[in-house]
Amino acid sequence: MNNTITEKKESITIYLKDTFNDVGKVTLFAGRFFKEVVKPPYEMKEFIKQCYVIGYKSLPLVTITGFIMGLVLTLQSRPTLAKFGAESWLPSMVALSLIREIAPVITALICAGKVSSGIGAELGSMKVTEQIDAMEVSAINPFKYLVVTRILATTLMIPLLVIYADGIGVIGGYVGINIHGDVSLYRYLAQVLESITFLDIFPATMKTFFFGFFIGMIGCYKGFNAANGTESVGKAANSAVVTASLTIFIIDMLAVQITDLFF
Amino acid sequence: MTQEITTTDRTPISKTNAPVIEIKDLYKSFGKNEVLKGVTLTVNKGENLVVLGKSGSGKSITIKCLVGLVEVDKGEINVFGTDITKLDNTELNEIRIRIGFLFQNAALYDSMSVRENLGFTLKRHAKDLTAEELESQIIDVLESVGLSEAIDKMPSELSGGMRKRIGLARTLILKPEIILYDEPTTGLDTITSREISELILEIQKKNKTSSIIITHDMPCAKHTSDRIVILKEGVIHVEGTYEELEKSDDEWVRSFFI
Repeated sequence: MNNTITEKKESITIYLKDTFNDVGKVTLFAGRFFKEVVKPPYEMKEFIKQCYVIGYKSLPLVTITGFIMGLVLTLQSRPTLAKFGAESWLPSMVALSLIREIAPVITALICAGKVSSGIGAELGSMKVTEQIDAMEVSAINPFKYLVVTRILATTLMIPLLVIYADGIGVIGGYVGINIHGDVSLYRYLAQVLESITFLDIFPATMKTFFFGFFIGMIGCYKGFNAANGTESVGKAANSAVVTASLTIFIIDMLAVQITDLFF
Repeated sequence: MTQEITTTDRTPISKTNAPVIEIKDLYKSFGKNEVLKGVTLTVNKGENLVVLGKSGSGKSITIKCLVGLVEVDKGEINVFGTDITKLDNTELNEIRIRIGFLFQNAALYDSMSVRENLGFTLKRHAKDLTAEELESQIIDVLESVGLSEAIDKMPSELSGGMRKRIGLARTLILKPEIILYDEPTTGLDTITSREISELILEIQKKNKTSSIIITHDMPCAKHTSDRIVILKEGVIHVEGTYEELEKSDDEWVRSFFI
């Protein structure tokens, strides 16, 4: 009995040690990013390429999910609002829910799955096949070329994708309303725009920069620190998705608390 | 019919040539695993030094320490007279530009074509080059490894031997004074291995480079070596020419040459 308790204590201690160790390493990794990002040379060509890969190539996925988010939210909310005779509030409710919460979180989660795992697998495979070492021995800074460009690209592209998803979601909401009713696009948009204020958009957009930063950073960290062997590539990709998704929820929780305090 | 390589036309390397690499008492451990336990070796200017040893004896770690890819625990690594263990990253990069490294699997950048693989390094270190000059240097170096037709291919379209040659071309484009070969012929057929060995000799002759060649391939060791050292249990066990070591009294040493 005593032995079992001791073993459990030991395993908890090891788990906590590893977790704190990881947090420390991620912090150092982030610190290195902020140090390298301001130092020339700037890898503009690679940065633009990453913006294209992360932003433009995610558009089809974000379009489909954004549209479905708006459509489903409308269809699911309609019966409840109808009970209170508040169907006319549907456009405002859909727009506010999408812009303040649903579109940022869902889009960030989708990007954690697509982008963070992609970066983790790509850098992990480069590490395993010694391509990162090859850059290092050629006196090229692989951190600057591979990590800085990707983190900057996700930090810039995720907010843009979220804004795009907001728009597509609102269109999905319009289609959802018109399945059971007949509302003109002009009237629908007028009601949506009337209900949204700057304070709805600003905090929601601000948090997406943090989502983007952490999606990129976690993907890069996991890939850049992958162990040797092909198995570690899969592990890096998987771990990047799990950690990035969890981080998105934590950031969201903090952002909501901060928004409540200040806005 | 394949062409036999002979070493008869090779200029003997004088031991009086100034050493370009001097490793003194090098130690490296990974956790409890002590890989290098006091390696000491010298490479003279223009010399091809072959390093033999069982798998896991620390051959690759030794050359990775030489370019700062692996941090040493203890010891001195003098390259061109500078102890690289005491350099910061910027100073180390100045030395790295003068050293070429051919990785075991060539380590070509998968997302780039052959042209981009070669231009990637050159563009960053020779910023004054015009696009035409860059292209002409890429073509020249590809011709020197006999693969100018592969310029627009992606690494995934290349065979093992071609990858090694392109890897070598990428190394040569910066005109290194030292080249470190990590198992240059591993995984290649006999004919391609021989072609790579010939290329190593050609580069030594033409560019007057000094090299460390890590290999398990004895024909390659025979054809390319001026001198051979054998690593055993983290230290240099024996040193000599191929002919000397082949006739060694030590049975373990002779077992490499069977």
